[in-house]
Amino acid sequence: MHITRLQPAEIPQIWHCLQQISDPELPVLSITDLGMVRNVERDGEGWRITFTPTYSGCPATEFLLHAIEQTLTAAGFSPVQVDICLSPAWTTDWMNADARLRLREYGVAPPQGQSCEKPLVHGPVQCPRCGSASTEKISEFGSTACKALYRCCACREPFDYFKCI
Amino acid sequence: MKTMTDAKITYVLRQGDTPLILAQRLCGWCGHAPELEIDLALANIGLDLLGQARNFLGYAAQLAGPGYSEDRLAFGRDEREFRNLLLAEQPNGGFNDTLVRQFLLDAYHVLLHRELSHSKDSQLAAIAAKSLKEADYHLRFSRGWMIRLGDGNEISHQKIQRSLNDLWRFTAELFHADAIELELAELGIAVDPRQLQAPWQELVNSTLQQATLALPNEHAFRHGGKQGQHSEHLGLMLAEMQFLQRAYPNCNW
Repeated sequence: MHITRLQPAEIPQIWHCLQQISDPELPVLSITDLGMVRNVERDGEGWRITFTPTYSGCPATEFLLHAIEQTLTAAGFSPVQVDICLSPAWTTDWMNADARLRLREYGVAPPQGQSCEKPLVHGPVQCPRCGSASTEKISEFGSTACKALYRCCACREPFDYFKCI
Repeated sequence: MKTMTDAKITYVLRQGDTPLILAQRLCGWCGHAPELEIDLALANIGLDLLGQARNFLGYAAQLAGPGYSEDRLAFGRDEREFRNLLLAEQPNGGFNDTLVRQFLLDAYHVLLHRELSHSKDSQLAAIAAKSLKEADYHLRFSRGWMIRLGDGNEISHQKIQRSLNDLWRFTAELFHADAIELELAELGIAVDPRQLQAPWQELVNSTLQQATLALPNEHAFRHGGKQGQHSEHLGLMLAEMQFLQRAYPNCNW
C-alpha cells in the first residue's frame, strides 16, 4: 500500500518568501524565477534550502545566501540551513516563462533556446526594445557574467542579452 | 592522513591553482585593455576562473580537514606549494601574449572539464560540469581573437606568432602525467592528461590554420609547475596577491 506523504503546510509559504528575494543585478528577477532554489524541505525543527549558484564567480552568491537566511528567519522559519548544490549545473533553461517576459520588458533580451542545443540553432536574439530580429553581437561579455552585449540594427540601440548557458 | 587522500588533495589543488593564478593575471588588465569590450571580457573571464578556483580550493580544504579553508589555501601557501601549470603564471605581456596564453589554456580546460565531469568523485564531476559551461564561451572569445588577429594585418599576425612561439614551451606540461594523476586516473577519479593531447592538438591546429599561423618548432619544453617548481614570475605575483592576508592574517571585511 502506498502512503501519501503530505508536505508540511509551511513549504509553499517558504517558497513564497523566497520569491520575494530579487537578484541584486537584475531586480526584476527573483531567485526562484532564476531557478536557483532547487528544493525546500523540513530538517528536524528547522528548514533546509537547496541552492544552486548561477556562475562560478557570481559576486551575488554570498549576498543571496545571507538574504535567504535573513528573510526566512524574519518570517519565522528558523533555523535555516542553506545547502549549495553544484550538480546539475545551473542552466538558463530553469528560468520560467513569466520571468523571461519581465526580463524583456526590463530591457534585457532573455536567453534564446535551450542550453543543450548548439548555439547556431538558437535563432536570432530579438531586440527587447523594438522586437527586431536584426541584431548583432558587440561582445560576448557585458556588465555582468550572465550578459552579452548586443546592438539592434533596426533601432540602433545597444542592449544586454542574458546568455543561454 | 591517508595516502589516497593526499594524492587527491594534490590533484584538486592542481585543478584549483591554475584558474586561481590565471584569474589573478587577468585582473591585471582591468582598466588597461586595448578596448572597453576586451577589458570587460578579460575581467569577466577572470571572475569565472576565480569562482572555479574557489570551488576546487574549497573542496581541497574540505578534504584536508579542519583548520583549512579556501582563503588559507589561496593566500597562505608559499610559491613551492602552488600546483598550477607554468603557462598560467606567465606574465601578461601585451594583449597578444595574454590572448595566446588564454587560448591555449581555454582549449585545454574545455577538454579537461569535459572528461572530468565523468569523474567517479561526484564533487569533482560537479565542479567540472559547471566549469565546462564557462570554459566553452571563454574559448569562443579567445579562439575568435586568435583568428581575427592571426589573420589580421601584418603586425597583428607577427605579434600573435611571436607570442605563440614564446609560450609554446609551456604546453607539454598540460599533458604530462605523473604518478599522482596516473594513480587517480586508474581509480576513475582523475583524467589522464595524456588522453587530452590529441584532441587539444587538433583544436589548436585547426585554429592556427584558420588564423594563418604556423605551429612553433619547439623542443625545449618546461615542466614542474604541477610539482611546485615554478618560473621566476610566480613569486612576484604572489607577493602582490597575498599581501593583505600576509600583513593582516585572517583579516575580513
